[in-house]
Amino acid sequence: MIDFSSTFKMALLSLKVNKMRSILTSLGIIIGVSAVIIMLAVGQGASVKIQKDMASMGSNLLMVSSASVTSGGVRMGRGTKPTLTLKDSKAIAKNCPSVGFVAPYSSEAKQVTYGNQNWSTSIAGTTPEYMAIRDWKINLGRNLIEEDISNMSKVAILGNTVANELFGDLDPIGRTVRIGGVPFKVIGLLESKGQNSMGHDQDDFVMIPITTGQKKVFGTSFPGTVSMINIKAKDSDSVNSAETEVTELLKTRHKIGKKQENDFQVRNLTQMMETMQSAVKTMSLLLGSIAGVSLLVGGIGIMNIMLVSVTERTKEIGIRMAIGAKSTDIQIQFLIESLLLSIIGGIMGLIFGAFGAKMIELFGSMTVYISGFSIALSLGFSGVIGVVFGYYPAYKASLLNPIDALRYE
Amino acid sequence: MDEKILKTADKPLICAKNIVKTYTTGTGEDCTFYALKGVSLTIQNGEFVAIMGASGSGKSTFMNIIGCLDKPTSGDYFLDGNNIVNTRLDKLSEVRNAKLGFVFQGFNLISRTSAVENVELPMIYKGIPAKERRERAMEALKIVGLSGKEQNMPNQLSGGQQQRVAIARAIVNDAPVILADEPTGNLDTKTSYEVMDFFVNLNEKMHKTIVLVTHEDDIAGYCKRIVRFKDGNIVNNTANKPVYSLEGRQ
Repeated sequence: MIDFSSTFKMALLSLKVNKMRSILTSLGIIIGVSAVIIMLAVGQGASVKIQKDMASMGSNLLMVSSASVTSGGVRMGRGTKPTLTLKDSKAIAKNCPSVGFVAPYSSEAKQVTYGNQNWSTSIAGTTPEYMAIRDWKINLGRNLIEEDISNMSKVAILGNTVANELFGDLDPIGRTVRIGGVPFKVIGLLESKGQNSMGHDQDDFVMIPITTGQKKVFGTSFPGTVSMINIKAKDSDSVNSAETEVTELLKTRHKIGKKQENDFQVRNLTQMMETMQSAVKTMSLLLGSIAGVSLLVGGIGIMNIMLVSVTERTKEIGIRMAIGAKSTDIQIQFLIESLLLSIIGGIMGLIFGAFGAKMIELFGSMTVYISGFSIALSLGFSGVIGVVFGYYPAYKASLLNPIDALRYE
Repeated sequence: MDEKILKTADKPLICAKNIVKTYTTGTGEDCTFYALKGVSLTIQNGEFVAIMGASGSGKSTFMNIIGCLDKPTSGDYFLDGNNIVNTRLDKLSEVRNAKLGFVFQGFNLISRTSAVENVELPMIYKGIPAKERRERAMEALKIVGLSGKEQNMPNQLSGGQQQRVAIARAIVNDAPVILADEPTGNLDTKTSYEVMDFFVNLNEKMHKTIVLVTHEDDIAGYCKRIVRFKDGNIVNNTANKPVYSLEGRQ
């Protein structure tokens, strides 16, 4: 039996002899593998991003907002007709068993000042439950409490960005900021969440009690209304029932008839995310399988060239057999050649694919993610293709009769 | 050493008995073509035999059979005491590798592969480690006078040099028998004589048994015995006083 390294070297040598042909043969695999890598990287990148967004939004979320105003046939957009109130929010908390937390929410852009520093940011009026709903944590100080809401306390919790802009290195807790001229005592500092999927800085806001906001900060012409009610269902199984309960309750409270359009809108974020996720999955699977087809075509290319190579090298095979090569030696040699072609193609495809994915990330502003799985998949697949499509030519070579092969010109 | 000589003297190195080889060229009785019609030939260790005959005389078929590349339709063939008629094909590869060295008319070197790598080939299939392979291949190339040309590709060598690489390849595995199929057929007269000198050298100094097919009388003149084939039979089998021995040339 001949040793593996010699066979390997011989195979490498005969590939080197036909450099151009070897590269062209591998090209199919190179393109296939890089396509698989890029497709999977983009698909998985999107998927990872959606997961991250989901985590930063909080899980099992429902968002209720007022419906749009229709003015002379023109619909003005969501939330233009403030129909939701603090009372709605309290009623949901009281009457909907599938709901875990409820937090009314209104926001407006205002200038916040501390000393000679100022910063324009979004002022969000809400209740203590908001933290639980968004899975948000207090970094320093304390959260809002019920008394803050009922007493209309002038207290504020700062997002990380706001704290940095106003206070720099100072400890903001206990200091007083002015929001639209009204003094607020800083009681807490939120932990940083970074940017969301749209590139919006989630840390650039100030949280105050919603009641205080309604009275002192927000200039609304509809007192007592809120722009949104955030709801967290008890668990992932009760999201849909919570949605139904909330819809029914609000319909009753807002006295909406059977044929009337709802004056509010309930959005199920989990469901939206899941839909997006599965769309991305389907998409990347589809693109991945198209890329897989090009791998297959590459494999056929290898088989084609290996068959040509066997015919072309009939005489060489005859010489090898005459001086002592067994048919298995010949078979292994050709099998290793096709395996080498496909593996080299696979590795080059991997490099090009990773490069392409990086380019997409840089210039297409998309998140890409190359997982070990996709590397293993594409390399493994190209190896399998090398063996499968190399087998027949190698077998054909091994069947040659040395006398006929020697006579071949 | 002595024991080996005794043993090989008892048993001829090559012993073909009643070799018949037929080819079927169609269906029916008339379509069986007899390439060899019961040929018997014994070659002792250390002989230098020329096989002559016209095209279609059966000499190539006979060479293929004693070269273990083909099996006879009937008859027995003993190579170094072993009957190879019933040997499996894969086993024949090993027999060829260990016992036989081939030199062909068309040199049959593997193209775009250096001289030394060509010479290494038989040892690769024998499973000899790379380092020893390289050393032995260099040594064999030195014997045929090609030191310094080890890394040349076949197309960078003259016909005579290529044939000498082939001879190096034939002897590198220490095979006792060298089968040369018209080794000078593609060479001019002067180069032919140079190559034949190497064969004489191998026979007389390295005690190789050489069986050589040729059309040319002057080439056959180097050999110690001439066997003539005609129509699938041996018609003449006579000893020959070599025209050139090593001493004669000098």
